[in-house]
Amino acid sequence: MDKVLMKGNEAIAEAAIRANCKHFFGYPITPQSEISAYMAKKMPKIGGTFMQAESEVAAINMVYGAAGAGVRVMTSSSSPGISLKAEGISYIAGADLPCVIINIVRGGPGLGGIQPAQSDYFQATKGGGHGDYRLIVLAPSSIQEIVDCTTNAFDLADKYRMPVMILGDGMIGQMMEPISFPDNVDTKEIEKPWATTGTQMKRKKNVVNSLYIDPKELEDLVVARYKKYDEIEKTEVKFETENIDDADIVLVAYGTTARIATAAMRMARAEGIKVGLIRPITLWPFPKDIIAETAKKCKCMISVEMSMGQMIEDIKIAANGACPVEFYGRTGGMVPAPAEILNKIKEVM
Amino acid sequence: METVFKKPHALADVPFHYCPGCTHGIIHRLVAEVIDELGIEGKTVGVAPVGCAVFAYNYFNCDMQEAAHGRAPAVATGIKRANPENIVFTYQGDGDLAAIGTAETVHSAARSENITVIFVNNAIYGMTGGQMAPTSLVGQVTQTSPYGRKVEAQGYPIRISEMLSTLEGPSFISRCAVDSVKHINECKAAIKKAFQNQIDKKGFSLVEVLSTCPTNWGLSPVEALDWLRDNMIPHYPLGVYKDIDKEGGKDGE
Repeated sequence: MDKVLMKGNEAIAEAAIRANCKHFFGYPITPQSEISAYMAKKMPKIGGTFMQAESEVAAINMVYGAAGAGVRVMTSSSSPGISLKAEGISYIAGADLPCVIINIVRGGPGLGGIQPAQSDYFQATKGGGHGDYRLIVLAPSSIQEIVDCTTNAFDLADKYRMPVMILGDGMIGQMMEPISFPDNVDTKEIEKPWATTGTQMKRKKNVVNSLYIDPKELEDLVVARYKKYDEIEKTEVKFETENIDDADIVLVAYGTTARIATAAMRMARAEGIKVGLIRPITLWPFPKDIIAETAKKCKCMISVEMSMGQMIEDIKIAANGACPVEFYGRTGGMVPAPAEILNKIKEVM
Repeated sequence: METVFKKPHALADVPFHYCPGCTHGIIHRLVAEVIDELGIEGKTVGVAPVGCAVFAYNYFNCDMQEAAHGRAPAVATGIKRANPENIVFTYQGDGDLAAIGTAETVHSAARSENITVIFVNNAIYGMTGGQMAPTSLVGQVTQTSPYGRKVEAQGYPIRISEMLSTLEGPSFISRCAVDSVKHINECKAAIKKAFQNQIDKKGFSLVEVLSTCPTNWGLSPVEALDWLRDNMIPHYPLGVYKDIDKEGGKDGE
């Protein structure tokens, strides 16, 4: 198909529509507002719903209602807005509802800033709301990859009946790149016999709920959910590697930072320093096996992040002491330059 | 023999958890009778709140969703926008609808979201043990206003029906009570109209029902009905606050 030049935020919106998401509930916040703007333009033309809710809280609860009613549904926001949605995300996880949540991350904490950041890694991968639950978290590093991730996100959400988050950053959201959409979207919509569509007096009632007063019943449900999570950890891990076979130093980076780390790796290789890269695409399930395996072969790993060091904790757990794990990061909306990462590489050698 | 009284089909045949003398049971029954009479059980989806009526998802035979505290109108919006052919109602208490969920209440009304809201106002947080509600009366003693609600410290109770009737969005706003047979009959008629309006795609309807909480008011069920009549109704006058069918136009001309 022909290439089109598109912003990351617009690509997410278009890919969602192509994955048959016809319901979007959002609230304006920089730097993701183009998603809402795109949906506002397109949804009325395809008979879908675009709704600018009164708050992020209302938007995520509209998602809860629509997901429970059985349709593909999405919301998008940026860091402070995701904090507001955290309660609703917990309820969605607790009621086993499928939906897609976009977080185009900006600097924090608090109102923070509006420039790119990755400082919501903990919030995304460790839950963010209350209770024992997981989100599948996808981290695209190019606008083309956003298209694949978005389609995949809806399929994973439906397959496992759980919320899926696409964790971008302000750079991924705002950057324009030429991309192409597949002519036929390979998306797997499935029956949802549990949805509240009305009994039509033909079946027993369906209830969408996350309240269980009997602690044993609640424990059993959470344990069953964690068996599903175990399955996801076995089957849904996605990552890319480059130059790791002979590498002395292996960079681990995702999203925008992975592209900058790739440039740093090439600069190092040009100077004869053997550097490789592991790029997680799923942040949860985290690609721990490849980290563990590589940690046994390399001399050092460096977690490169636009945060004060969050993913590094998962890398250390996966490496389990097999090699030292160093950190290089910028935060608050500052984006690291390849030369800064190269300096860190030289420092740890 | 002719059957003159039976459990509505839309009401589940399970024991309710409500306290003795609580009027939630009457209101549940009215909603279920209306669902039966309109023949809409098969396409109705209810949204339960957080509060005393949290288990309402067990008590109605239609499909149900349980919302987070105050979010029922947002959840109902999601359901209705996903499947507009469904009849969607929320059943909420005063803490849920008039405190934590005020934004969702006001904006679903302003959007004229085509849903039906049953608002049970008993001037107290029942489920959590009797704390002051946004609708508690001035002077009312509760667990968190032990010396009586004082205007200087806790301000004034909110009159939701009056407030929402200033908006253009709602098609029908009515305040009823369940303290007497006459009022119960009026309440049922209002609930029926609130559902009929949704069927007729007229937009947002809300029925506020003044209800009792004998347990947390510290009164017998009969005394509680008297207290409702003597104290609540004077502050929360009964009646229709908005009815687009009777206004002859959107602006009430």
